[in-house]
Amino acid sequence: MSYLLRAVSPLGGAPTDLLLAKGVIAAVGAEATAAAGERGVTVVDGSGLVALPGLVDLHTHLREPGREDAETIESGTRAAALGGFTAVHAMANTTPVADTAGVVEQVWRLGRAAGWADVFPVGAVSVGLAGEQLAELGAMASSAARVRVFSDDGRCVHDPVLMRRALEYVKAFDGVVAQHAQEPRLTAGAQMHEGIVSAEVGLQGWPAVAEEAIIARDVLLVAHVRSRLHVQHVSTAGAVEIIRWAKSRGINVTAEATPHHLLLTDELARTYDPVYKVNPPLRTQEDVDAVRDGLADGTIDIVATDHAPHPREDKDCEWAAAAFGMTGLETALSIVQQVMVDTGRMTWADLARVMSVTPARIGRLEQHGRPLAVGEPANVTLVDGAARWTVDPDRLATGSRNTPFGGRELPGRVVATFLRGKPTVLDGAPAREAGMHA
Amino acid sequence: MRHLLSAADLDRPTAIQVLDTAAQMAATQAREIKKLPTLRGKTVVNLFFEDSTRTRISFETAAKRLSADVINFAAKGSSVSKGESLKDTAQTLQAMGADAVVIRHPASGAPHSLAHCGWVDTSVINAGDGTHQHPTQALLDAFTIRRHLSPGGVRRVGADGDQGVGGGLDGLRVAIVGDILHSRVVRSNVQLLTTLGAEVTLVGPPTLVPIGVEAWPCQTSYDLDGVLATGPDAVMMLRVQRERMGAGGGGFFPSPAEYMHLYGLDARRIARLPEHSIVMHPGPMNRGLEISADAADSPRSVIVEQVANGVAVRMAVLYLVLAGVPTGDAAPAAGSADAKGAAR
Ligand SMILES: [Zn+2]
Repeated sequence: MSYLLRAVSPLGGAPTDLLLAKGVIAAVGAEATAAAGERGVTVVDGSGLVALPGLVDLHTHLREPGREDAETIESGTRAAALGGFTAVHAMANTTPVADTAGVVEQVWRLGRAAGWADVFPVGAVSVGLAGEQLAELGAMASSAARVRVFSDDGRCVHDPVLMRRALEYVKAFDGVVAQHAQEPRLTAGAQMHEGIVSAEVGLQGWPAVAEEAIIARDVLLVAHVRSRLHVQHVSTAGAVEIIRWAKSRGINVTAEATPHHLLLTDELARTYDPVYKVNPPLRTQEDVDAVRDGLADGTIDIVATDHAPHPREDKDCEWAAAAFGMTGLETALSIVQQVMVDTGRMTWADLARVMSVTPARIGRLEQHGRPLAVGEPANVTLVDGAARWTVDPDRLATGSRNTPFGGRELPGRVVATFLRGKPTVLDGAPAREAGMHA
Repeated sequence: MRHLLSAADLDRPTAIQVLDTAAQMAATQAREIKKLPTLRGKTVVNLFFEDSTRTRISFETAAKRLSADVINFAAKGSSVSKGESLKDTAQTLQAMGADAVVIRHPASGAPHSLAHCGWVDTSVINAGDGTHQHPTQALLDAFTIRRHLSPGGVRRVGADGDQGVGGGLDGLRVAIVGDILHSRVVRSNVQLLTTLGAEVTLVGPPTLVPIGVEAWPCQTSYDLDGVLATGPDAVMMLRVQRERMGAGGGGFFPSPAEYMHLYGLDARRIARLPEHSIVMHPGPMNRGLEISADAADSPRSVIVEQVANGVAVRMAVLYLVLAGVPTGDAAPAAGSADAKGAAR
């Protein structure tokens, strides 16, 4: 089966036709148009739709194995497809932890079997995320899962010697260490951003300096050992400033921002609704503005969701007892459109860069984040940028309901997602045969 | 008043209404028969997730003096690590017919969640949540200050005068001293006392003053002697928990001796206060740490009276919440003529 995408706007540019066949973009423009009417060619009317390379998430918690009550690889990747993603990086903080070749291969195979999006497991930096002993990074790198991104996410690799060793070790296979920057001693018991709101609502503060101190240390470490560092979920103005400084010095660091840190502030903690409890915490409007500036000027390279599903009992309780984390796969594109594209700060091409091209490059994915050109893998997302929709937590595909955007009207709707030429989403709904594509 | 969750919920007319009602309640407590029939048939649940015999007994006494039925539910050990327990417990109590839940909880915001999460539809009265709020403590403190001091700082004569009924605390200067960071009492007091027109100055070691305090409507100082030299009308000492000294990072202060030396209220410091100034403490006191025995037992001390006023203030709050009396904020529908009369 081939698909002819009629009159789509690649990266928001002039409308043209794309022919997807045999897993690749087989033709573009008039040559593609000529395929209309051929047998086995399904025509998709794409007028008014923006075509993007399939989105790539560098930071997803799929929860399987271990917390299938929150999410499974099946439900999480279906949510990813509906959000326009064709590839997701599954974080290592599962049970068991993804710290061996065996676990990462299991996750990778489950992703293949689900078929909604390619799942690239992230390997743990330390055994059991305990921050003491290097995990078998080499074995994970050379496994079938070909792990290139390593992270103890959820926890910070706070021991400077362990961080140095990890940064050095991954050089052997062009890996990258993705750091959850959180100085643990400064954040013991922390519940929310430390500032005016925390002082008033009486929730223990998570100071910006606890994030910034680790980032400052790590950019100096990575410069020293000449490796590759990726900073996860940058949330403070100071962190943006440190990364900007590091890049100006030519230090090899990349950084991500989450959709929620681009939109929401610590003022929401006044509701005591744990749906707004996340780590790192929602910061101030000043921080949000700085993160947006950083994304616009390239200091922050990518947007990553930090999609973190939790079962209802972990959020339907008092704030201090609740789990940290928010879902985000199905809302990420809309948030970035609202905050960056509709405000004129970024083009659709910029959005493709920060949500597909660069995350694929950081993760060393060869088949994702590619140009929409003949011969390239047919990983394509079609977006109706003019559509508006209201987020209903009950109607999202993720296995959990902890979206902080419930009830919000957002711009931009994913109409179709193609993974290697086959639809995972059509007409905004899961394409049924996707599960058989493995 | 549907709930009382935070001192910030009280605008000036409502706060004065609560204090005036408390004054009436206090007057009834001087009678031989203290019990009033006002809340007969109503059920008040004291839901305490934290040990606080003093506050629980105060609420229990207040409810019983108004003829309400009282259920005490001590959920000690139901720590914040078992999040579901608050919801389940509250629903159980509602099923038992609670009209109001008085809740003490170690998690900031737990009363707010109880009132707004749709778990229960009873009235909720915050009896202290984490490091957030303790509004009835602030009300009893304001009530106590108003009984003793007229606006401008003149000591009222005994209990015979007008006791300030109808008025606020305009122009009175109050110093609150000690562990500001962990204190729910101070958060409620800063809001309520300033709503009533007082000027508040917080005093404590910098380690025990929260980041973000600059947004509070008060002054902050690290120098107790400097603040006492300005002649505050009331000095409120906060309890300092000794375990704060050993907490991670080298402790919040070096030693009890140094704390007492810099921030403790003793006879020497009390002697420098203006004659009309009063000394307060929400209790329980650490004699010899934040306050010396001489200071606690001095004639200026109104600490014992605060306890008695606590019952009157809590009677007033229970009455205003449960009898459906219209108050300064969005007024509830019901409210019989004689209930209104009793509030005036
Ligand atoms: Zn993280």
